[in-house]
Amino acid sequence: MIRSTHLPLIITLATFVLAFALCGYAYPSMLSTRVVANLLTDNAFLGIAAVGMTFVILSGGIDLSIGSVIAFTGVFLAVILRETSIHPLMAFALVLVITTAFGGAMGALIHYLEMPPFIVTLAGMFLARGAAYVLSTESVPITHEFYDVLQDLYWKAPSGGRFRLIGGVMVLTFLVGIIVAHRTRFGQNVYALGGGQQAARLMGVPLASTTIGIYAISGGLAGLSGIVFSLYTSAGYSLATVGVELDAIAAVVIGGTLLTGGYGFVAGTFFGILIMGLIQTYIVFDGTLSSWWTKIVIGGLLFAFILLQKGLTWATQARQRTVTGSAAPS
Amino acid sequence: MTDDIRPVLHAQGISKFFPGTIALDDVELRLYPGEVHALLGENGAGKSTLIKCLTGAYQRDGGTITLDGQEVNPQSTAASQKLGIGTVYQEVNLLPNLTVAENLFLGRQPVRYGIVSRRKMNASARATLSGYGLDIDPAEPLSAYSVAIQQVVAIARAVEMSGKVLILDEPTASLDRDEVQLLFSVIRQLKARGLAIVFITHFLDQVFDISDRATVLRNGRVVGTRLLQDVTPKDVVTLMLGRQLEARVQERKTGAVGKTLIEIQNLSKRGMIEPFSLELHEGEVVGLAGLLGSGRTETANLIFGVVQADGGKIKLRGQDITINRPRDAVAHRFALCPEDRKTEGIVGDLSVRDNIILALQARQGWMRPIPRAKINEIAESYVRALDIRLASLDMPIRLLSGGNQQKALLARWLATNPEFLILDEPTRGIDVGAHAEIIALIEQLREDGMALLVASSELEELVAYSTRVVVLRDRRQVSELTGDQITPDNIVRAIADEAAATVETA
Repeated sequence: MIRSTHLPLIITLATFVLAFALCGYAYPSMLSTRVVANLLTDNAFLGIAAVGMTFVILSGGIDLSIGSVIAFTGVFLAVILRETSIHPLMAFALVLVITTAFGGAMGALIHYLEMPPFIVTLAGMFLARGAAYVLSTESVPITHEFYDVLQDLYWKAPSGGRFRLIGGVMVLTFLVGIIVAHRTRFGQNVYALGGGQQAARLMGVPLASTTIGIYAISGGLAGLSGIVFSLYTSAGYSLATVGVELDAIAAVVIGGTLLTGGYGFVAGTFFGILIMGLIQTYIVFDGTLSSWWTKIVIGGLLFAFILLQKGLTWATQARQRTVTGSAAPS
Repeated sequence: MTDDIRPVLHAQGISKFFPGTIALDDVELRLYPGEVHALLGENGAGKSTLIKCLTGAYQRDGGTITLDGQEVNPQSTAASQKLGIGTVYQEVNLLPNLTVAENLFLGRQPVRYGIVSRRKMNASARATLSGYGLDIDPAEPLSAYSVAIQQVVAIARAVEMSGKVLILDEPTASLDRDEVQLLFSVIRQLKARGLAIVFITHFLDQVFDISDRATVLRNGRVVGTRLLQDVTPKDVVTLMLGRQLEARVQERKTGAVGKTLIEIQNLSKRGMIEPFSLELHEGEVVGLAGLLGSGRTETANLIFGVVQADGGKIKLRGQDITINRPRDAVAHRFALCPEDRKTEGIVGDLSVRDNIILALQARQGWMRPIPRAKINEIAESYVRALDIRLASLDMPIRLLSGGNQQKALLARWLATNPEFLILDEPTRGIDVGAHAEIIALIEQLREDGMALLVASSELEELVAYSTRVVVLRDRRQVSELTGDQITPDNIVRAIADEAAATVETA
């Protein structure tokens, strides 16, 4: 059954289908598994980070630190693999603990000091970026053979597309994110927080653990995104992924999540990512357009979606049903 | 009182102090199963403080609460909820973005291996709600339904989670008549199930409609608990307002009333105030009486354009005028001293001088600043005329006492030389001396030929200065008293009248 709350998700989905159809009409060769596979691979790190961002925005917050955390993760992995003989899997675990704790600490600051998330995560952004510089200011290549193993893991579709590991990690992250957001008590608490902190408190939602959990998830997923990014580029560079947090926010909004919190779907973000990737692919196929057109189209899309959200909010308010089924025996 | 039944909840000797004030002083409250207990009192009487002490939102400074014979000490609203005390507030405190079922089950969703079963949740939500006479789709977002339904969902949640004591804090404030009936039928069912229900409202007729017993608070003390079948609305109003109501003979100066200044015809705003008409003459003080929530402030705000009317018109000296915003009203030489001095009146950090000059300067426009010397002259003359006590005109106004702040606000509007002055609770929260001075000032302004509209909950004060008194009830103008009819007793009778009628026919 289609409900009004699903409308933004449906519109995102329709936009994606329409965009894909247009691309296929203009360049029939875009309708191949190769393009789809590359779409997943190229956007894997952004998608993973955007899942975390979806949780944050659903709760009515914002996390500006993730681009820096991704860069920090990359540099950290590159440096630790160069300097020590530690196994990459250990390094992965270590960096995930660090980034999750980092996110959790920001959440704790936001909750206990009642600071706006914008400021706290802005500080986190500078901190993580600075830490990356301290580790290394240059691009550090990663040459560990385990990386080669991971990079060579793919499933080749009959028609030639290579679905790589990191694309799979992204899809898996989305699936887990969907279940956590919509089918667990924690997920419901995230929505409750986004719907209204005061009401959530009165209804007994544990605000502290929920807020800390949300930012820990965002930090941890930024760490995972950093791992994926280092697999994608085989290097760690402290100047990488500047502004990725903004791309992630754009993907979340295009995915139909309300920036003020409380409404939206993790699945919507997935299609938001795909739409953004599709625009990029189209421009590559076209060949004559400057890559800045990606930004322009995304900007236009964002505006359209913000207007759409506002319109939907008005529509719901206007259509508030009165007593529909009162069979009150008096 | 010798009741055989043991109270479900018994609060004894509850005290709560805030810096400088005693909010609750030795308050006792007994709640019996299957009974609706109304908690009454004017603003600041201590109703909400008492509720917050019961629900653990505040920590009480003294007294005991026993629930089912066990002494309890809830530290938070969540804790009191677990103990069995559920609360529903005036503003629906649910989440509009979640579905009805999610709201009902937040924090106690049916889970299996950590996964919430939506189907089970929706099914049991539907079953629960049908027990309250609601046949709605629990998978729809809460915001799809009217406030009344949301209110019932909130009650259902509170009852399902708690189930012993249900506190309803002004649940009917934003409901219309039919919706109130829906709510009341739910309350009656819960009463039949044996819940102890606390009902807070400003609507007296609703109290007599649904409640069995009432406790009246005044200034943090219990002034009486009554079985409602034994008393009349007038008794209750007398308890609430608590003044010596023997008609004191007032020496009334029936000064000659001047020409008609303002005619208000059927001015109204849906959901705020029913259409009302009023005629004001020069040299006349019209008092607005009524309980809290009866529409006094709404009337004042509507005339002054703070809220745009959706019907009716205003005539000034026979000419139609349009007032869409306070600026229009000021342009027609209206003035309004609002009820909430701190948030709507003073600009706390500005100097007394700037506060006094504010309205005059605003009317002149920012392009034509009033010369410094003129400002000082105006400010000083009003400080002298109204005897505003201050160390210097430069001090921030928030440092003045309530009475002096009020006088400075009066000065602000008098400086604009108004023809029509609206005062909303001009004597609230000020000391006795300033009180008398403000009343004398009102008299003085009347004699000077100004038209005044004064809303007040102080009956004796209204009696003292009004040439006419308009009584409001349930956002409606219900009667008008003139001349010798103006006595505190008559006003109380007019305020309580309809509630009495309801009881007689019931």
